[in-house]
Amino acid sequence: MIAYVARRLASLVVVMALVGVCVFLLLHLAPGDPAAIIAGDNATPEQIAGIRTKLGLDEALPIQFLRWSTSVLSGDLGVSIFSNTPVTTLIGQRLEPTLSLALATLAFAVPVALVLGVLAAWRAGSSIDRASMIVAVTGFSAPAFVVGYLMIYVFAVTLRWFPVQGYTPFGENIADWARHLVLPALTLGLAYVALIARITRATMLEVLAEDYIRTAKAKGVATGPMLLKHALKNAGVPIITVIGIGVALLIGGVVITETVYNLPGVGRLVVDAISKRDYPIIQGVILVFSAVYVVINLVVDLSYTLIDPRIRY
Amino acid sequence: MSEASAFSARELAATASVGPSRRHFVRRHPSLVAGAAILAIFVALALAAPYLPGDPLTMTPARRLSPPGSGFLLGTDALGRDVLARTIHGARVSLLVGFSVAAFSVLVGLAIGLFAGSIRKADAPLMRLMDALMAIPAILLAIALVSLTRASVTTVVIAITIPEVPRVVRLVRSVVLGVREQPFVEAAIAGGARLPKIILRHILPSTIPPLIVQATYICASAILVEASLSFLGAGSPPEIPSWGNMIASSRLYLARAPWTIFAPGIALALVVLAVNLVGDGLRDRLDPRLARRM
Repeated sequence: MIAYVARRLASLVVVMALVGVCVFLLLHLAPGDPAAIIAGDNATPEQIAGIRTKLGLDEALPIQFLRWSTSVLSGDLGVSIFSNTPVTTLIGQRLEPTLSLALATLAFAVPVALVLGVLAAWRAGSSIDRASMIVAVTGFSAPAFVVGYLMIYVFAVTLRWFPVQGYTPFGENIADWARHLVLPALTLGLAYVALIARITRATMLEVLAEDYIRTAKAKGVATGPMLLKHALKNAGVPIITVIGIGVALLIGGVVITETVYNLPGVGRLVVDAISKRDYPIIQGVILVFSAVYVVINLVVDLSYTLIDPRIRY
Repeated sequence: MSEASAFSARELAATASVGPSRRHFVRRHPSLVAGAAILAIFVALALAAPYLPGDPLTMTPARRLSPPGSGFLLGTDALGRDVLARTIHGARVSLLVGFSVAAFSVLVGLAIGLFAGSIRKADAPLMRLMDALMAIPAILLAIALVSLTRASVTTVVIAITIPEVPRVVRLVRSVVLGVREQPFVEAAIAGGARLPKIILRHILPSTIPPLIVQATYICASAILVEASLSFLGAGSPPEIPSWGNMIASSRLYLARAPWTIFAPGIALALVVLAVNLVGDGLRDRLDPRLARRM
C-alpha cells in the first residue's frame, strides 16, 4: 500500500510537471508576439516592452522556464498585469464562492444521480428507467449557460422563488447564501448527474445479474438492503471512478455557471481576465484547477481499498 | 404532366420495394435515424443560409427587441437584428467547428495512438504527456490559447482540438494493445511483414469503428465548447453570428426579450442532442460490446 501510494505520488508529480511545461510552452509557442497581443492593438512600443519584461519574455527560454518553475514551486503564481496583485492573492479572494458552489453541487448531484441510476437499473425498461435516460441525454446535450438562463427565467424572473444573480458570503447570512446557490448548483450539476446516473445504471445492471444477488433475494433480503448493501456496494469502483473523472466537467462548468449567475468566484476571475488578456491570472488558475483535478483523482484511486477490501495495493 | 406522373410512379415503385427494410431500419435504430434527421435539417439550413431571405447583420434600430411574429419570425435582438437569420447563420459556425475538430482530433490522435501502441519505448512518455493534457480543463486551455492569439475561428478549432486529442490517443492505444496479441498479427509478424505494413494493414482497420463513434461524441462536445467559449468572450470574433455570441450579447435582455437567448439556445441544444443521438446509434451498430455497458 505504502509503495503504491509513493508510486502514485511520483506519477502525480510527473504529470503536474508536464502540465507546467505545457502551460509554460503555450505562452511561448503561440504564433506572433504574445506581449503585443496582450498589450492590445493601441499599445505603445513602451507598453509592449513593459509587458515583455513583466512576463520575463526577454530572456532565453531555458532561463525563463527555470525562473518561472522555481517561483511556481515556491507558491508564487506571478502578478496580474493589470491590477499588479499577486495571482495567489486574487485566487484566494475568490475561493469561497467557488468552493461553496462546488460543494453544493456535489451534495445534491451525487445522491440524486445514485438514486436515479439505482432505480433505473432496478426497474430496467420501466418509466423510471426511461425518465432517467431522458435526464441523462438532456444533461449531456443542454449547454450549462442555456440551462442557467432557462432556470433564471422560470424560477427567478417569473416565479420569483430565488434571487436572479449574485452571491452572499457564508459569514454574512447563511440563509441568503443558500438561496443564492440553489439555481447555480442545479445548473452546474445537471451534466454531472447525467454522467454518474448513466454509469451507475450500467454497473448496477451488471451486478444485479450476479448469482449472489439471486441468493440474497432467495433468502429473503428486503429490496432496499439488497439494492444498497449487496448491489450498490459492489458496483462502487466504476461509479467512484466516474465521480472523480467528472470533476473535470465541474471545473469547466464552474467557469460558465459563475458567469451566468454573476458569482464572484475563481471562474469569474478567469473570464474577466480574458477581455484584458491578463495571462498570468489565466495561467495561475489553470495550474490550480489542474492540480485539484489530479489530486482528486489520486484520492479516488486510493479510496478503492475502502469500498472494496479485495483491492490491495 | 405525364412526365411528372411517370416519375412519381417510378418513385412509388422504388419506395415499395425498399419500404419494409427501410421501416425495419428505422425501428431498429430510432436514435440514429432521429439524430441524423435533425442533423440533416441543420446542415441543409447552414448550407442554404446565404441564399435564404433575412440578413444576420442588418440592424433595424427602430424595431429593436421586437417579439417573435411581428414581421420577424423569431423577433429581433437589442440592435434590431433578425434573430431567425442569425440563428440559421449560427449553425454554420457551430457545424464547421464541430466537424473540423472531430476530423483533426481523430487524425492527430490516431497517428499518436498507433505510434504509442506499437512502439513500446514511446508508449510511457507519450501517455504521461496525454495524462497531463487531460488534467488541464479543456475550456481553460482553450481560453489560454485564444487569449494569446487574435480571435478567429481557426484559433478556436485548434484550441478545442488539443484537449480532445488525448482521448482519441487513449482509445486507439487500447485497441492497438488488444489487437497486437491477436493470432493474425502474430502471423503477419512471423510472415516477415514490416512494422508500417502491419500497422496499416492489420491494426488500423480495428480502430476505425470505435473511432467513428468517438468522432461523433467529439463533434458534439466541440460544438458545446465553441458555444461556451463564444459565450465567455473567448471564442469566435464577436462580429460573427455564432450561437454563443448571440447569447452573450443578449444576456442583459433575458427578462425583456427571452427569445434572443432561447432561440440560439434551443438550436444549440438540438444540434448537440442530434449529434449525440447519432453517436449512440452508431455505437449500438458498430460497437455492441460498449452498447451493452452503457
